[in-house]
Amino acid sequence: MEHFSGNGYLDMELLRFTTAGSVDDGKSTLIGRLLYDSKSIFEDQYEAIRLSSERRGEPEVNLALLTDGLRAEREQGITIDVAYRYFATPKRKFIIADTPGHIQYTRNMVTGASTANLAIILVDARKGMVEQTKRHAFIASLLGIPHLVICVNKMDLMDYDQQVFERIKKEFQGFASKFKVHDIQFIPISALKGDNVVEKSKHMPWYGGSTLLYLLETIHIGSDINLVDCRFPVQYVIRPQTNEYHDYRGYAGRVAGGILKPGDKVMVLPSGFTTKIKAIDGPEGPVREAFAPMSVTIRLEDELDVSRGDMIVRVNNVPEISQDIDMMVCWMNPVKLQLNGKYAIRHTTREARCVVKNILYKVDVNTLHRIQDDKEVGMNDIARISVRTTKPFFFDKYQINRFTGSVILIDEGTNETVGAGMII
Amino acid sequence: MQSYNLSHLRELEAESMFVIREVAAQFEKPALLFSGGKDSIVMLHLANKAFSPAKIPFPLLHIDTGHNFPETLEYRDKLVKKLGARLVVGYVQDSIDKGRVVEETGPQASRNRLQTVTLLDAIEEHGFDALLGGGRRDEEKARAKERFFSHRDEFGQWDPKNQRPELWNLFNGRKKMGEHFRVFPLSNWTEMDVWQYVLLENIDMPSLYFSHDRECVNRKGTLLARSEYIKLMDGEKWEKMHIRFRTIGDMSCTGATVSQANSLEEIIQEVAASRVTERGSRADDKRSETAMEDRKKEGYF
Repeated sequence: MEHFSGNGYLDMELLRFTTAGSVDDGKSTLIGRLLYDSKSIFEDQYEAIRLSSERRGEPEVNLALLTDGLRAEREQGITIDVAYRYFATPKRKFIIADTPGHIQYTRNMVTGASTANLAIILVDARKGMVEQTKRHAFIASLLGIPHLVICVNKMDLMDYDQQVFERIKKEFQGFASKFKVHDIQFIPISALKGDNVVEKSKHMPWYGGSTLLYLLETIHIGSDINLVDCRFPVQYVIRPQTNEYHDYRGYAGRVAGGILKPGDKVMVLPSGFTTKIKAIDGPEGPVREAFAPMSVTIRLEDELDVSRGDMIVRVNNVPEISQDIDMMVCWMNPVKLQLNGKYAIRHTTREARCVVKNILYKVDVNTLHRIQDDKEVGMNDIARISVRTTKPFFFDKYQINRFTGSVILIDEGTNETVGAGMII
Repeated sequence: MQSYNLSHLRELEAESMFVIREVAAQFEKPALLFSGGKDSIVMLHLANKAFSPAKIPFPLLHIDTGHNFPETLEYRDKLVKKLGARLVVGYVQDSIDKGRVVEETGPQASRNRLQTVTLLDAIEEHGFDALLGGGRRDEEKARAKERFFSHRDEFGQWDPKNQRPELWNLFNGRKKMGEHFRVFPLSNWTEMDVWQYVLLENIDMPSLYFSHDRECVNRKGTLLARSEYIKLMDGEKWEKMHIRFRTIGDMSCTGATVSQANSLEEIIQEVAASRVTERGSRADDKRSETAMEDRKKEGYF
């Protein structure tokens, strides 16, 4: 069964990554190159963008048009929103969250980064590190992306000079020591010419590392999920109410952390009742173990009152239970964050209301300095705030678990998602 | 040592089941859009898993253009019966009879665009507040920017420039009266993933997806199957071909592919080797560069 040609493998790993770069860093070209060189661009797609480029009088086929699909984007030659792209090699399947370089930058990058295992940050070899590079790196670290790949692009315009690459690498490492990133790699590339993207460059024999695609295919992502702290937010209660399943009562949800097994002694929050896991039903039937990010249905030994928004955890490993939450928030709406304002707050499958009790400081995303004297938090700002919720939440620090450490704030008037919070 | 990694198909499956359950939990009156195509078949399969051993807690909604392949309707009815699901059908013909829409004329006429009105009417009539759709982001460039939970205003319109940010797996389905959501659990699936999953799960598929003999006409590179809805133009003729369908829509706009692929394994090999997208054979997308976006803004699937 497993020996199909091409992309026909049934058992591949999935890697989600995001790409960040300033305007004209060649990000769209890089993505186009990855898709094109891995043969993930189809002839009709290529033909369509070739014709489009021609119509616009562009000298070469503009690979950026592959990712800019909306009418307004094509008309204005800009990228508006996060776009998701897909490609696969025989080793892995990839999901790219492609985020635009300028408009509403922070908001879009935060969105794209929230589900990514890896971030590619592009640096223009001619310009070196610029303010935006620092911002990208900071956001990647804030969002807890485990792997960072710094691509020093346009090496062809700097005569493929090793000194240029080393200087940027050193500068970046100095900056990155200020915050927490688990794994940083550096690759000198030319997205336009294809150096070190899919094929190893003939122009940079001094570079002994792997190409970008090889790195994406092989980087170890298995340990990126939390397998220690058992967290099961109850999403939906399944009660068939048929004769055959008269007493069936299952708690459906997605494992947010740890490894759950039948027989485990568990506690249900907020009630605090303890019981044992009787059985776990997976998509293919009963399973002996469940771990993140599996969607399963848990049955308990005792009949308890459990509903959506409750959490099943191990008796001796309980998350923080509180109505007071401290977080870093990225603001995503033109209407400013209101001190003492009330918002709907959603965390795992639990929803409540909250009031913003305090705005401690804003972060200057370019220098990482804390701004204490200006507490106006507007679109694209990142700030540390504390909120008080109408009922207790069960949470972990974001850096420990992205699923149980993240919240969104919703404006109750417009129903828009206005803030993305990372619990600290 | 036990490995705690899900394969890409199991991870996509888990994500989709989570999204489908989220719809059942967050909305009062959801429905699942079922077209009889492979994506909606896989979505229905996942919905069945998501609530097992209970039945799917919402009905299926089929927008019937009246130009369906007979095989599609047969397959639909058999599956609905097997799952014990409820089926609601909205007929484009009813919209035409009521004068809600005017049928296109000419040899290239299609009811594709008319479906939007029937769909929005069905939403209003039944009070649906969320519709699960089988759309995938890899299908078309306008879909690449679609959210899992996609907000629609009271006119059913999509505003691509003003979408709600969607972070982690926290989905915001809050809305005002009269507004609704389109939800796409298969957002992150590719055509290849769909077929691999069909093979992995051994899902029964309509015969149209497998190669067979059929009379078709070659219209500017699109192979249209013979039916009463297709009128030949000057210089065109029906030819017997060995074909299969990569996508299944309305008979007036779904193009066939010349193919020998007669099993799931062969289809997967064909998809892997294919150099054109599946929608390359869809006449409805060829009307303009942003045909899909324009239709979606009006409230299309």
